[in-house]
Order: sequence, then structure tokens, then C-alpha cells
Amino acid sequence: MFVPSITNPIGDVVREWVPKLAEYLPVAIQSETLNSIVAFLVNAVICVIAVCAVNIGSAPILIYMERKVCAHVQCRLGPMRLGWHGTIQTIADVLKMLFKEVYNPGGVDKIMYYMAPLIVLIAPFMVAALIPFGPTLVVADVDMGIPLIIAVNGFGVLGILLGGWSSNNKYSLLGALRSGAQMISYEISFAMILLFVVMITGSTNLMDITQSQSGTVLDWMIFKVPVIGFIAFILFFISSTAEMNRAPFDIAEAEQELTGGYHTEYTGTPFAMFYLAEYIALVTNSALATTCFLGGFHAPCIGVAAVDTYLNMVPGVVWFFAKVYFMIWCYMMVRWTFVRPRVDQLMSFEWKFLLPVNLVMLVIGAIYVALF
Amino acid sequence: MSMTQLPPGFKITRESNTEEFFVNMGPQHPSTHGALRLALRMDGETIIELVPHFGYIHRGMEKQAESMTYLQYIAMSDRQDYLTAIQNNLGVALALEKGMNIGVPERQEYIRVMLCELGRIASHLVFFGCFGGDLGGQTCLLFGFKEREMIHDILEEVTGSRLTTNFFRPGGSRFDVPENFIPRVKSFLDHMEDSMKDYERFLSKNIIVQERSIGIGILSKEDAIAYGCSGPVLRASGIDFDVRKNNPYSIYSQLEFDVPTARNGDCYDRYNVRIAEIHESMRILRQCVGKFPAEGPWRSKEKPVKLAAGRYYSEIETAKGLYGTYVVAAAGDKPYRIHTRGPSFPHIAALNKMVQGHTVSDLVTIMATLDPVIPEIDR
Repeated sequence: MFVPSITNPIGDVVREWVPKLAEYLPVAIQSETLNSIVAFLVNAVICVIAVCAVNIGSAPILIYMERKVCAHVQCRLGPMRLGWHGTIQTIADVLKMLFKEVYNPGGVDKIMYYMAPLIVLIAPFMVAALIPFGPTLVVADVDMGIPLIIAVNGFGVLGILLGGWSSNNKYSLLGALRSGAQMISYEISFAMILLFVVMITGSTNLMDITQSQSGTVLDWMIFKVPVIGFIAFILFFISSTAEMNRAPFDIAEAEQELTGGYHTEYTGTPFAMFYLAEYIALVTNSALATTCFLGGFHAPCIGVAAVDTYLNMVPGVVWFFAKVYFMIWCYMMVRWTFVRPRVDQLMSFEWKFLLPVNLVMLVIGAIYVALF
Repeated sequence: MSMTQLPPGFKITRESNTEEFFVNMGPQHPSTHGALRLALRMDGETIIELVPHFGYIHRGMEKQAESMTYLQYIAMSDRQDYLTAIQNNLGVALALEKGMNIGVPERQEYIRVMLCELGRIASHLVFFGCFGGDLGGQTCLLFGFKEREMIHDILEEVTGSRLTTNFFRPGGSRFDVPENFIPRVKSFLDHMEDSMKDYERFLSKNIIVQERSIGIGILSKEDAIAYGCSGPVLRASGIDFDVRKNNPYSIYSQLEFDVPTARNGDCYDRYNVRIAEIHESMRILRQCVGKFPAEGPWRSKEKPVKLAAGRYYSEIETAKGLYGTYVVAAAGDKPYRIHTRGPSFPHIAALNKMVQGHTVSDLVTIMATLDPVIPEIDR
């Protein structure tokens, strides 16, 4: 047998440490502390991957969906050439976007300029972590879910303001100021309407809110409180559309007026991040609407046992995403139907109409809770 | 002048506490409808003053005309207001006919009126689309263009090209219309009746559109006359002037139609006048379809296009307004000078008066309702 004459230091280490480890391992596996640390790390990694997969994975689907919905509203076919019904088109677009030159105009504040798209991305990602996608599928099941969402959602406006300010472009600045005023105003009615939900369900935990809507369709928040629930849903729809800067409230981008608004000067990947943030915000807001008003992951049971058995066989996460995509479809149809109000009209709509109505809704909600 | 410099006579004043600033809108901007540069003096989002700058696509058409034959110039008129190309052809042809002292047979008159009214509908549909598009409703843009495609298909079949038609000639046109022209126009009209109902429901009754256009960009009667506005812009300000009625050409005097007017001269009125004009054009087309002579010559006897020395002027009502052609003819087949009076230039000149005190969003709305075509300003 050939025995190498050269000493192998690694071999020595292995020979020395493996028996020791083997001796220690059974003890270590039983150690609570180490196990919980490992479990926490594994859990964190899985959660991060899950949130990223749900968010980033849905962006290409949404872009494709938006193009198709838009095209069919406008009597067109949309992308048809690349792949079956243009399905690969989005991937080609993403590749194009990634390979574009990252250009910044002269005189920009570079740190702020490149930080802005990152900040814009944070808010929707954090909201996604709080949403219960299924009975056991929730990343962070925190008791202060609703206040946290309201707090985190306001984060996006910071990135938009930064991007508009640091771009050294008057159109960007106008767009950023518009969106700053708009998002901060609509945040109030957005929060108010979530407070209405909290008032009815009596909990700020999103899982509790979902569980309180279990049962038939009539137990969903939208139908649970007769008429008022539906009005609350419409108000939520309006304020979340404004909150996301989506058409018809996209005065911050307003292509016809400001040539793109706050992201006028962005190219390539930073621009793609703004784009991505917009679509992720669409998912998270739809998910929030689903959780708060459409019964979350509960199947749309109708109270007939024979049908409900089959409906309940479908996993909750499937129902959840079906509802989310229905909400997204609603947002898209609104976007491609309405024209855009002027910035001052938008603000007076919020402060003179939406906010008083929301306050009245809170009072009505309080009366409802007191009576029933 | 460089892009970053202020235009001459453009002063930034610091009288109030707020700071005024200068914004350069165009020449590359999505809603200036072409290469037009607007220098804006702004206070926040409010426009204090606007100075339009032309000439980014000036091609010297009138100078080129001096070294062209008359027939070559008809093709040039397509490239002025490309949305009403067929009507521009007629304007030039009418001026040349005056110089040659010839008329056209009845069948040709009907062809002219019908193609011009189709062109008017096409142009107003582009207005409809751009108006909705500029307000932020991209869907309108496609809706307007859908029916316009059908008109362009008809024009393609008749003239051989969709946009730059180059069709009318002094004494006639390049070709006779094909056999299925009348049925095709008839089916288009039937289709159009239905789609107009949808379109009006889509924009006219939309509360956001009304909020954004009523009381915006008011052009008073006096200003409209003083600036030399014409067409729908003038009529929306309350002046009942239409060349087809006041100085009829072709066979418009034999046809029944109304001239829609409005009173306030704001953006919504200009929009409504154009929509009403589409209906009037369809009314004219229906009459023409009924009266169209099936037999008969489609052009007068062919003659070389040579004008007697003199000055000839023709004016027609295009979709945008008054389109005048002034020909100073030297003896022979080439003009001494041709001047065009286009409708869009006075409209843009009146823009400053209309936008003062409004915001950038309103400027976009006002620009859309003026419906300017920049190549026609920068001939």
C-alpha cells in the first residue's frame, strides 16, 4: 500500500477533531440554545426567500398581465410574438432593462440618487412579510400588524422624494413634490379605513382579522357589516390606488405632463427597481385588501355543505392568490379606464370628501360595534 | 440660443415671497404634439407666462415651392398638416383651378366633399384620442385610432396611400373612386354611429374630464378674433364662422349641415364642438352617399397645369380651421411664390393668453384642445 511520505496537516486536523465532534454532536443536538439559533437562521432564510419569491416572482407575471389587460381594454392583442401569447416577452424586457447603461445626469447627488430606488423597494417588501397567505403561512405574525403596515407603507414616499430631489431635474422635482403631498394625504384615509376594520374585528393582528372572517362569504368583512362594509371596501380601494401612485391617481408620474415625474432621469436597473416597487406595492395592497375585506385565505363558502366540502379541499393559499389577482385585475381595469384628475382636485378630493367620509365611517363602525 | 438660456424678453421677477422658475417644455416632450418648445415661467405649478418657440422642423416648404411645378407642390401640402392631408390637397387644387380658370364635373365635386369630410372625421378622431390621452386616459388614444384606421383604409383604396394622399389635381383627381367606395363609406357610417355613442359616453359624461376641462383655458370672443383663430377653436368661443357656410366652395352650398358653436370658449366647449362636427360630417356624408352620381365624368378635360400670371387665393375649412393658399403665379408651370395660411399658428399664438394662471396639467389639456399640428406651423 502506498503511504505518502509528506505529512498532511489537514488530515491531522481531521483525525484529531472528527472524533471529538462525534463525541460532542449528540450533546449539541440536544442543546436548546443552539437548536433555537439554527432554527431561527433556517427560518429566516426560508422567510426571506419566500417573501422575495412571492414579490419578485409576481412582478413579471403582473407586467405580462398588465400588458394583456391594457391591450384587451384598448381593442388590441398585446404581446403575441415571443412564446405562447407573448409569455416570454416580459423576460426579454427584464433582460433588456438589466443590460441597459446605468446613467446619471450631471449634477446629481449620487448617494441619494442611487439610494432612492432601494428605499422605495423596502416598504412593499416589509408589508409582504406581515400578510398571512395561509392558515400557517405567515412570515411575521405580529400583534401590531395594522399599525406596522401603516407605518411601513409611509416609507415609500421617502424614496420617491429623494429620487425626485436628487435627480437635478425640474420635472422630477415637481413629480416628487406632487407625490409627497399626495401620498402623505392619502395615507390618512388609508389608515382610517384600516382602523375601521380593526374596530369591527377588535384586533390589529392580521391573522386574527382573517380568522374573524371565517365561515361563509357573508362573514367576509365586505358583507359582514351590511352596506357599510362595502362602502369601506370602496374607500379602501380609492385610497390604496392613490397610495400606490397608480392611475388615475398617478399624478406623480403623469407622463403627459411631467414626462415620467420622479423617475424621469433613471435608467437601467435603478429604473427597474422603481418599476418593481410599483408592482410589488400592487401585490401587497391587493393582499391587504384581501386580508381585511375579502376573507383572506378562506374559501368562498356559500353555506351549502355539499359545495363547501369541495371548496375547502382547495388549499387556502390558492384562494388567497385567486382573490389577490382578482383585486389586481380590478386595479388594472380602473387604471386603463379613467383619466387623471389634476393635482389640486386630487388633494381637495382627499381633504374635503374622503377624509370626512372616513370619519363618518369610523363613527358608524363604533355604533355598529356598540349595538351588535 | 442654447436650451438652458432664458428666451429674450423673459424675466424672472422676484416680487412675491415665492420663487419663480423657468421650465423648458419641449422640444422633446410627450404632449407638445411634435417638436414644439414652450418656455414656461412658473410659480410652483402655476404658469405665469408662456413663450412658444417654433422652427425645430422648419423645412422651408414655401421657398421650395418656388423651384417646383404646381403639381409637385400638391404633394408638399400633404406634409404640412398631415392629419388633414386630403383637405390641404383640395385647398391647393382650388387655388390652381382659379388660375387655370377651370371647374370640375359634378361627380368629382362629390368625391372631393366626401373625402374631405372623411378626412375631417379622421382628424377629429385623432383629437379625441389625444385629448383623452393627454388627460391620462391612454385607452382613448387607441379608441380614436380604431375608427381612423377604417377611414385610412378607405383613403388607401381611393388614393393609394393612407396618410399623405397627394390626390386632388386642378380639374379633377388622380383616379376615379373604385366601385365599392359608396358601399364602404355607407358601412363605415353605420359603424361610426354606434361607436360615437360609446366614445361620447367614455369622455363627454366623465366627471373627471368635465372637472378638468370646464372653465379651463377660456378664450374670449374678442381674443379669438384678435389672434386670428379659426375652425373649432373660434366656434367654441361663440363665433359662427365656417368657410363652408360663409364662403362656400365645392358643393357645400347644396348640402344641409349646421355649424356647431358653443359659448364659453373653454376646453370642454372646444371638445364638444369637435364631437358635434363629427356628427355634422357624418350628416354630410349621408347626403353625399344618397346623391352621388353613378355615371358621368370624374374629371374635366385634361390640360397642362399652367397658370396665367396673377394672384390667386383659395380658402377652405379643414378640420383644424381656415386653410388659405395664396399663389402668386408667374407665367408658366412654376409659381413665383406660394404662401399658406395655416390654422395652427394663430392658435399657438393665443396659448399664452389662455394658460396664464393655470397649472402645467391644464396647459396639457389646453394644448390638446387647440389640436395643433407642428409641421403645419413649421412649414
